[in-house]
Amino acid sequence: MTRIEIRFHGRGGQGAVTAAESLGEAAILEGKYALAFPEYGAERRGAPVLAFTRIDDRPIYEREPILEPDVVVVLDPSLPPQIYLKGLKKTGLLVVNTKRSPDRVAEHLQSSGLESPRCIASVDATEIAVKHIGAPIVNTAMLAALIKASRVVSLDTVKKVIYDRFSARPHIAEANMKVMDEAYERTEVVCL
Amino acid sequence: MSLTLEKKEEKKEGLKQVIGRRIAATGNYAAALAVRDADIDVAAIYPITPQVQIAEKIAEFVADGELDAEVIHVEGEHSALSAVVAAAATGARAFTATSSQGLEYMHEILYIASSLRQPVVMALATRALSAPINIWNDYADAFGMRETGWIMLFSENVQEVYDNLVQAFRIAEHPDVLLPVVVTLDGYILSHTVEPLEPLGREEVLSFAPKRPRGYRPVLDPDYPITVGTLGTPHWYYEAKYQQVVALRESKRVIEEAGREFGKKYGREYGLIEKYMMDDAELAFVSLGATASLVKAAVDRLRKEGVKAGMIKIRVLRPFPADEIAEALENVEAWATLNRAISYGAAIEEPLFTEIAAALAVRGIVKPMASFVHGMGGRDIFVREIVEMYKKLDEIRRSGRRVKRTYFWGVKGHDPEEDQAM
Amino acid sequence: MSLKDEGFKRYLGKKYPETWRDMPIAAIVPWPGNTAEVKTHAWRTIRPVINQDKCIRCRLCWTFCPDGAILEVDEEYKTSSGRVFKVSYKVDYDHCKGCGICAAECPVNAIEMVPEER
Repeated sequence: MTRIEIRFHGRGGQGAVTAAESLGEAAILEGKYALAFPEYGAERRGAPVLAFTRIDDRPIYEREPILEPDVVVVLDPSLPPQIYLKGLKKTGLLVVNTKRSPDRVAEHLQSSGLESPRCIASVDATEIAVKHIGAPIVNTAMLAALIKASRVVSLDTVKKVIYDRFSARPHIAEANMKVMDEAYERTEVVCL
Repeated sequence: MSLTLEKKEEKKEGLKQVIGRRIAATGNYAAALAVRDADIDVAAIYPITPQVQIAEKIAEFVADGELDAEVIHVEGEHSALSAVVAAAATGARAFTATSSQGLEYMHEILYIASSLRQPVVMALATRALSAPINIWNDYADAFGMRETGWIMLFSENVQEVYDNLVQAFRIAEHPDVLLPVVVTLDGYILSHTVEPLEPLGREEVLSFAPKRPRGYRPVLDPDYPITVGTLGTPHWYYEAKYQQVVALRESKRVIEEAGREFGKKYGREYGLIEKYMMDDAELAFVSLGATASLVKAAVDRLRKEGVKAGMIKIRVLRPFPADEIAEALENVEAWATLNRAISYGAAIEEPLFTEIAAALAVRGIVKPMASFVHGMGGRDIFVREIVEMYKKLDEIRRSGRRVKRTYFWGVKGHDPEEDQAM
Repeated sequence: MSLKDEGFKRYLGKKYPETWRDMPIAAIVPWPGNTAEVKTHAWRTIRPVINQDKCIRCRLCWTFCPDGAILEVDEEYKTSSGRVFKVSYKVDYDHCKGCGICAAECPVNAIEMVPEER
């Protein structure tokens, strides 16, 4: 692997920043270099949120925001695709939280006059999160979906990182383990 | 409860085997860890964005029993630094952290800390100054601090935040120095970015920066009373100031020694400056903080194009490494600065440039040069923009023309070249 | 280790420095009580002179002096009317600034302010 750049799109409260940081942390724990950072601002619940993870085998000097990501992860299906697809490489991967299958996502994008990327992964993260956590906090489900589609880090490492984050509240940690297992299982990936 | 703890421990052990001591941390977390490992005695921090997590984490370490320190709750930054200076005057290892307006609010005490020669250590999450109010990064606050007599270390990444703070305690408390040290971390760009970090742990930090025995420097002690904060009449005030001049000059040697030994022990050597691809460089940029990372990335791109680009990172802004920079720039064909700070109304409005130009001029080194400001108030600087700046410098070198004004890069509706013609 | 013991002495310089090198670090004063050595008498244009014969040893001048420049000394004094006092009041002319408060407060006008001539 050389460099992989991932952009997370969500809304305040869904955990996009935590997702980006946890992914970065997992990469670091696996011996890689990573930068994980939010689009810095005065965070507020419900507002669109951007977060970035840049992973490499070598130290990273580029601290600029990611304009042309390899991967886009969309935590909130209500975000407009015109925004989250911006700059996504044609050879890239789109990971969406949706009830639609990847094929339907591609059709939907094409019907909106948008070019779909080479690979699309989808999972109904909201349903899974509500089932296990009792709230639509979809970040951990989306991390599992991302890993199934890209294998940028191992699922076990991310699970460790997430468990550690919530270790003070073990029932939440455990619930997230179930979320990640189920999301990983149910994620569908289609590449053109 | 015990079950949870056991589980956590197990997991930590498992992790250790895989990754050794490498963890992932933000700049703020790294700062708090360094301070914990340095076993400070007193912290007084008034929280301000983007430094808040430093205060939070230190309070957490104390609450969890990981750090035996007095956390003083203060009503503002003026009091925070006052409390820390007073704590240091009793012999305590004392720490504070701030940012932007908070630094301005403690400005009066900045001078008092250095002129009372109290070895306090501060972390500064650099941030723009109001108005308009802005919570994002630039170096306006840090550059406003240059005249206050502090030693100033800039950090390029999260690891350097930790390493600089560890070295800061050793430098500040060194018997030949006794000066306060500030360590910067770019607001958000370092304070809130998760990066790899190899913390040294308390045992190592206390072996590198040991707490000195009480009595090695004058402190407030009932058994040996001294007066601190006396009146300095015109007869003797000037001499006290000159002592500060000499102390800062001499601190250079101590800073260098600390950086060298740090390298020997932990494999990461630190100097007053860092040279990147400078051996055969024709075009050099000088920058500092996390901005230096971006310049390195630009150098990498230019080298791929065959351009002999290099860069110099200033790690120590005070005392200014004039000799080292002059030596590093002696053989380049043209040089420029890139900074996130403005010196309003100055001869050259980019403040790093005036210092370097002066350092070179008194050594008789004159060559094509320019200065660039960008990234004010958190405006993103993209690597491609720095590549363009290098190309501008190349054009200046080829034409041999004199650039009399700072290039304010990226201002909407502003043409920096037109500005030169004015 | 106490401050009395060790290495900090290098920071103390000389009590009466001649150059910047001799000056105590940070302009500290490591000699407690040294204010007594600062002579402030040169400010004085009129000096208090106590008439020991008139003085009733009420101590008011000693109480009111803002500079602590009235000294109570163990010196027996016998007045012209035969009264014996165990103490006397004297002026510390090294530190008296000549403000005249003692003379103003004296209930028996035993203190006279006399112009200085130097």
